[in-house]
Amino acid sequence: MRAFKYSNVSDAAAAIKLVSANQTAKYLAGGTNLVDLMKEDVMRPTELVDVSRLKHARIEKKGDGISIGATATNASTANDENIRENYPLLSMAILAGASAQIRNMATNGGNLNQRTRCTYFYDVNMPCNKRAPGTGCGALHGVNKNHAIFGWSEKCVATYPSDMAVALAALDAVVQVEGINNTKRSIPFADFHRLPGDHPEKDNNLQQGEFITAIDLPANRLAEKSYYLKIRERSSYAFALVSVAAALATDDNTIKEVRIALGGVAHKPWRASVAERWLIGKQATEKNFRAAAAAELKSARPLAHNKYKVSLAAKAIVRALEGAMQGGLYGAMEADSTTTNKN
Amino acid sequence: MEEQSKFPELSEAEQKALEELLPEEMTEIIASGIKRRHFLKLFAVTGTSLLAAHLLGIEQLMARALPIEQQAPLLIENGVNLAFKVNGTAQQLLVDSRMTLLDTLRERLNLTGSKKGCDHGQCGACTVILDDKRVLSCLTLAVTCEDKKVTTIEGLAIGNELHPMQTSFIKHDGFQCGYCTPGQICSAVALMDEAKNGEASYVTADVRRKKRSVTLSDEEIRERMSGNICRCGAYPNIVDAIREVHGDKAVAQVWQFAEGTI
Repeated sequence: MRAFKYSNVSDAAAAIKLVSANQTAKYLAGGTNLVDLMKEDVMRPTELVDVSRLKHARIEKKGDGISIGATATNASTANDENIRENYPLLSMAILAGASAQIRNMATNGGNLNQRTRCTYFYDVNMPCNKRAPGTGCGALHGVNKNHAIFGWSEKCVATYPSDMAVALAALDAVVQVEGINNTKRSIPFADFHRLPGDHPEKDNNLQQGEFITAIDLPANRLAEKSYYLKIRERSSYAFALVSVAAALATDDNTIKEVRIALGGVAHKPWRASVAERWLIGKQATEKNFRAAAAAELKSARPLAHNKYKVSLAAKAIVRALEGAMQGGLYGAMEADSTTTNKN
Repeated sequence: MEEQSKFPELSEAEQKALEELLPEEMTEIIASGIKRRHFLKLFAVTGTSLLAAHLLGIEQLMARALPIEQQAPLLIENGVNLAFKVNGTAQQLLVDSRMTLLDTLRERLNLTGSKKGCDHGQCGACTVILDDKRVLSCLTLAVTCEDKKVTTIEGLAIGNELHPMQTSFIKHDGFQCGYCTPGQICSAVALMDEAKNGEASYVTADVRRKKRSVTLSDEEIRERMSGNICRCGAYPNIVDAIREVHGDKAVAQVWQFAEGTI
């Protein structure tokens, strides 16, 4: 690992000042991804500003909704009573990610700032426009089994790895950000992460030095019918091949409201808005779920090695919606989900 | 599963058989861990290295704190003064900002119980308990531990009294080579508190129903321990060991001395 200066600060304003003044400085919270990337020489910050002790860890009511502190750990967020009761989709998604140890360390702000696990990004001997702009994308014509089927560009076909973010996308989260001189802005979740386009080196729309203070969730009526389905190559502690956050509100089996977001398929959490629009006002039946999923996947553009993701995502959408309709209970829907090669 | 008294001792005959297998100084070796090379040599000579490897597993599991002697570092860049508690003892040292908690424990404080498996947060061998939470010491920068309390495998036993989780791992043969064992045990010890606090996991039937405490099924134990990889594949026995401590009810071990060997 390259040498870096470590700075500990007492408040967010001081941290923002330091990171804004140094283009190669980074915030350090849980460090679960950043420290690893520094060991791999993928990220080379000259300064780390420790924000893990800042007082931004509260999870509290805000209006009808909830405000989730950026420096709260993933573990404490998933187990917060209010979140378990009113935003079970978020609890399920967080608990589907990483391991207990990592969830104890990783923070919510850090989760949104984690980098792709694309192996070309991780291997400094390989070309990668995200790590070294202009060197090309190794995965585009390389081994791209785990890569994107939506929204990719010739410059980058990486996927975004977070489970938590998939639920936040479905729940219409708003990211609260603070910049230099106490400037504050609210970023709707759909605008937080980016598609790769010509600048895959930018994962999200934060400016250097901008600090996530909280993630807000508006109230919803989806808690009773929420489900997070994660399909991976082993049953735990692995990144998603495809994941689906699904939530519904129905009236006499007519769909009044529906949210579907996909993980593992794009450079950002992929809100399945085509499927959502298709389902509004329809009956909550398997047949309709299948039709909606097919409509969504029509625009998929698979690569050489990931055509399986198109049918997998379609089936996962159906299964996640069925799981949500059954009250989001773990069990029946998951029984054979670990043997995804059956699909 | 057949039930029996909690942590039954080995029978006299079994104990005798075990003693006969071990060199005289075994007790000391297990207690201190300092004569490991000599011990290995002994077993290599007698051609029972497989058994030796297994007994080293036991040694890992029972590692305990010797008086900590700090090692001087070779070179420090961007040094930061660090004061924290390790296994109840206050420690102060100057560390390179790059130093992980794992390397600090192993290289500076001579606490080599915590293991470096992958060094990338993928195996769990380095798991320690930091301020009552299990974490990966390989991804924790030491400088972030200022004022915190670390418990490692060396800090679990009280004197000669093993932590119940250590006893249970021995009883259930919850390891083979022993390399992942310190991490497995630290992880399992923290898991007991998480279950008592009613924390949910991905396989919890209904996350909306918050319970005061959770009773862990085998599926729950497996999911919650998935951050600790065991390449020897001792998982069934690890699950048994944890279930016994969690359930406060004896679980019969699956191993027995072969007929005719005692």
